[in-house]
Amino acid sequence: MKIVVCVKQVPDSDAALAVNADRTWIVDSGINFELNPYDRYALEEALRIKEAGEGEVVAVSLGPARAAQVLKTCLATGADRAIHLKDEAFQGGDPWANAQALAAAIRTVEPDLVLCGFQANDDTLAQTPVLLAEMLGMPHATGAMKIEKTDTGVRVARELEADRREVVDLPLPAVITVQTGINEPRYASIKGIMAAKRKEMKTPGPADLGIDPSQVGAAGSRLRFFDLAVPPKKEGGEVLTGSTEEIAVALVKRIRENTGVL
Amino acid sequence: MDFRLNDEQEMLRQMVADFADQVLAPEVMKRDREGSFPHAEIAHAGELGLLGMIVPEEWGGSGLDTVSYAVALMEIARVCPSSAVTLSVSNSVCAYPIWRFGNKEQKERYLRPLASGKIIGGFCLTEPQAGSDATNQKTRAVRQGDHYVLNGTKVWVTNAHVGKVFIVIAVTDPQAARGGISAFIVTPDMPGFSFSIKEEKMGLRASCTSSVVLDDCQVPVANLLGKEGDGMRIPLNALDGGRIGIAAQSVGIATGAYEEAVKYARERTAFGKPIAQHQAIAFQIADCATEIDAARLLTLRAASRRDEDHDGVGPEAAMAKLYASEMCNRVAYKAVQIHGGYGYSRDYPVERFYRDARVTSLYEGTSEVQRIVISRAVLAG
Repeated sequence: MKIVVCVKQVPDSDAALAVNADRTWIVDSGINFELNPYDRYALEEALRIKEAGEGEVVAVSLGPARAAQVLKTCLATGADRAIHLKDEAFQGGDPWANAQALAAAIRTVEPDLVLCGFQANDDTLAQTPVLLAEMLGMPHATGAMKIEKTDTGVRVARELEADRREVVDLPLPAVITVQTGINEPRYASIKGIMAAKRKEMKTPGPADLGIDPSQVGAAGSRLRFFDLAVPPKKEGGEVLTGSTEEIAVALVKRIRENTGVL
Repeated sequence: MDFRLNDEQEMLRQMVADFADQVLAPEVMKRDREGSFPHAEIAHAGELGLLGMIVPEEWGGSGLDTVSYAVALMEIARVCPSSAVTLSVSNSVCAYPIWRFGNKEQKERYLRPLASGKIIGGFCLTEPQAGSDATNQKTRAVRQGDHYVLNGTKVWVTNAHVGKVFIVIAVTDPQAARGGISAFIVTPDMPGFSFSIKEEKMGLRASCTSSVVLDDCQVPVANLLGKEGDGMRIPLNALDGGRIGIAAQSVGIATGAYEEAVKYARERTAFGKPIAQHQAIAFQIADCATEIDAARLLTLRAASRRDEDHDGVGPEAAMAKLYASEMCNRVAYKAVQIHGGYGYSRDYPVERFYRDARVTSLYEGTSEVQRIVISRAVLAG
């Protein structure tokens, strides 16, 4: 089975973030980046599916030059080759424009399965994989907690609210987004790290993929961030005192007055 | 001169840091309290290639350069110094000398399982009367047919009880001036080999150390490492690499203690502000940061020199080990000081780092021995 894993480089969870001068994104210099944690699970799932049978895992990422680091991590962890959409024309896009570019790159691979993380830790939009599925003309399932191969395709257990799961069957090729906790991602071994530099990493531009540069990146975007701000610090809470009964009465009063829930 | 790690080295550092934080960290305090060896964690490290770092891939190793090796040990020691010494010893003074001086059969039989992480190993040089005076060996190896019969006691053997292969240094020719010393590959299942009870150590309590007693221990002639009478060449060469490992461990311990101190200094308030904003504390932090960096650079330089010349790194390795180990004790002391009374409590990691730090200026050659090596090189000619 040929599996594409879409991965994104996102700011490290511990990075101290600041809003940039024109309030459109964060200041991305001077902070560390990492492989989007959700994508680690998608990669692990792809490697396990490959190891259970045979095939190839191709890691694909759209992002600036620095994003090559996360693709190298994928190669070190076991992916067979990588495609890096680092051309300037691809950058600064919204989910629709990014899905356009990713779809063009993924078509060149002709995969049986496309795995993505459920969402990216930076903008948490969770839209790109679903848009991607539409553009590729593939069925999709989101939030997978279990993926099993069947005679006709794959069976996916999707995570719903309150510990409930929905099981769906999909024909292949398909796009599936993977939830954290579906597996335990492995570490890259030292041999894997050493082998990574000998693996292929292609960097096609729009012309190589036969796409119009005006349809991707900032030029092709329909969505714009125009006022990013750090949320104001919450005011200190109120501590209710008294007997349990008094506290309960006071709590209900406040919920009624302040929220209208009761 | 480029002071940055290359892409592979940085990726390795990141991987080992994640492994240390996620796999070694959760039970590090418990292991210290109970003196329990991290069997599962070391096996996991072996699967990742951390037990054969400097052994070429053809022998099941990871084929890393010594710089990468040092960087990996720093990240391990930042979290679990006990695991760092376990890995350092198995890599640098057991697997490495078998790779450098062993023959094909020895490599196939002992190096491959070591380098691929299936087993760990150790090194038996020190004796009750032969510490810094290492050539004053009393352990005798007498050839009888197709065996050598070894008699003697080795002390402070790291990875005792848990190791499956040991390099044992013994005297084959007491008449020879300095050349009568030989090295053997010995396994605990050989008749006459036994471990004494585990040492109760001040620190590194999750590493396993004891004496080894050789009582008419039967070692096949095929297990002679190098040639008979090779002398101190093999142990001294192995120790150069061992010292780089301990220098790296020291940098890691200091970094771990320092990071705890910085975190504490930011959180703890006194006189109305975080203590990090008091100059008395801030300047101590500045000194720690500077010293750690100096030790890191000395260690990486020694590692880089060993990659260029596997036999000529003695003085650089000694300088790195001397400075890093003494630095690590100073930084651990300050980290406890910054914590105030809490630094004296077993509930805080700095208390453990302080105890773990102490041995670094004692083993793989005391600071005094490092000064002998350095001064001889400086004053030669």
